[in-house]
Amino acid sequence: MNPPLLIGAGGPVIPNFGGSSHQFACEKANRLFCWDWFNHNWSTTLWPALRQHVVLVVIAVALGFAVSMGLALLAHRYRRTEQPMIAFTSFLYTIPSLAFFELLVGIPALGLSFWTAEIPLIAYTLLILFRNILAGLRNVPTEVLDSARGMGMSRRQMLLQVELPLALPAIIAGLRIATVSTVALATIAAVVDNQGLGVPIISGIDNYYFKTELIAAGVLAVLLAIAADSLLVGTKRLLTPWTRTRAV
Amino acid sequence: MASTLGNDASSAVSNPIGGDASSALELELRNVQKRYPGRREAAIPDLSLTVPAGEVCVLVGPSGSGKTTAMRLINRMIPLTGGDILLGGRSVLERQETELRREIGYVIQQVGLFPHQTVQENIATVPRLLGWPKDRIDRRVSELLELISLDPTEVGRRYPHQLSGGQRQRVGVARALAADPPLLLMDEPFGAIDPINRATLQDGFLALQEMVRKTVVFVTHDIDEAIKMGDRIAILREGGTLAQYAPPAEILERPADEFVADFVGADRALKRLGLATLADVRLPPMNGDEPVGDVPLTMSVRDALAAVLAAGGRPLRVMSSDGEVRGLATLDAIGHVFDGSSEALSEASPAGRAADEQA
Repeated sequence: MNPPLLIGAGGPVIPNFGGSSHQFACEKANRLFCWDWFNHNWSTTLWPALRQHVVLVVIAVALGFAVSMGLALLAHRYRRTEQPMIAFTSFLYTIPSLAFFELLVGIPALGLSFWTAEIPLIAYTLLILFRNILAGLRNVPTEVLDSARGMGMSRRQMLLQVELPLALPAIIAGLRIATVSTVALATIAAVVDNQGLGVPIISGIDNYYFKTELIAAGVLAVLLAIAADSLLVGTKRLLTPWTRTRAV
Repeated sequence: MASTLGNDASSAVSNPIGGDASSALELELRNVQKRYPGRREAAIPDLSLTVPAGEVCVLVGPSGSGKTTAMRLINRMIPLTGGDILLGGRSVLERQETELRREIGYVIQQVGLFPHQTVQENIATVPRLLGWPKDRIDRRVSELLELISLDPTEVGRRYPHQLSGGQRQRVGVARALAADPPLLLMDEPFGAIDPINRATLQDGFLALQEMVRKTVVFVTHDIDEAIKMGDRIAILREGGTLAQYAPPAEILERPADEFVADFVGADRALKRLGLATLADVRLPPMNGDEPVGDVPLTMSVRDALAAVLAAGGRPLRVMSSDGEVRGLATLDAIGHVFDGSSEALSEASPAGRAADEQA
């Protein structure tokens, strides 16, 4: 708004706010959001970061889901294992994220690598996914299980044909929360692995004057979360047609 | 209507499953015992009874009498701890549990339809488990939906929560009959239904049973339902012992002991009237007086008594279905309907005499 004032306050050198080789008018003017800068850096910085972010999130949620499903099936079958599993997944969830990433850096095999970023992301999905899958399995009405068993279904058939389908709404609800929170959390993973939307965000934070990069990356993360959530809502509608019809 | 249903039934029973109407099997409980660990008293100490093929056996008793437990022992939902259960002469203990259960229809009070499957898919459950080819399953499902008077295309595609309670219950029965099992277990199947719909469902099931002639074990706590549904009634008392096992008329006529007499109620003579029709009554001929009304010959004696009482005790004319006058329904004639049988039975049985003395 008031470049002269700001420049006056900033010192004698006109700063290169956006860090690009040549400066756009809006960059020089340091508007809150500089579209020219955004367009110029989309294909070189933002788009690759977004793609890396999707990979980080998809792998974290997929592996987290696999682990949680295994734990939940075990806890469903052997009730006694439920408390220790809840304690374990809750413990992982309480570790401060920044500390978690940095702790893993100390492990020689990991260092500053992709898996140093992935492991905490996976760990944070476990609590919500485990609890939701187990709750879904537990909420299957007893009379449904009784009739399934009474008609001669084996345990495996009951699980695959009755319990898991009926747990789907709860499972997908868990996936939605896990996915959205992982999209947000994965930006922090950039401190240990130079990937994802966290990279432009951190670089935007470091740049004291020019905030376009920070805003662009942050908004992209939010849009990605909304898109992923919508995708899961659509999947739920497709997979659970019985929840869409109204009772008479 | 009746003839269409009859045709459906014959096609149903002669269908591929290898069953014809005689596919019902005799069920025998032989010194059956059920103990739960950590409890001194057995839930069922020693229960023996035989259900002839194609008959409905109602297990009735107060809560704690083990009637549901006894039923669930049959398809091994609860493991037996003593004795044996034979289906068609073959011990259920020799069978693999899942294989055995696929051969025994199972209906429970809350029905337990799968909420995530359509009515068609629900009914197809056991045939699918048995690995039937798809076209055979489809044919069978349509057949069964017609048998329970539901439109296969309209209702068949609905989900259970889109059905009324009565429809759900009928679908539950159809699902149990899908693979044409020789034995049907029903645990208070109409318990959660309002009285009017319950009567309709009971009549519907009796009509169905008339066609499919399954061996049925039917659990209820309602003695009126037991009398209506059962070819035989097994009355269990608390502690899981058998108080009496006999056809309804016999139980009403000569209860084995005070417990049974109490359980069937002080109005057991009236209940017995409900089992007989005017055709069983020696009706006096028309005496020339103008009758105040007509009743059909097929009417139950209990209803006829109510009708005569409503007419101020004056006789009503009894008409057969082809419009022929069969005599008069009078208080006196109704009052003597049990004369012959009652005497014969109390002569024959000490239990009957005991009951008579109490009465």
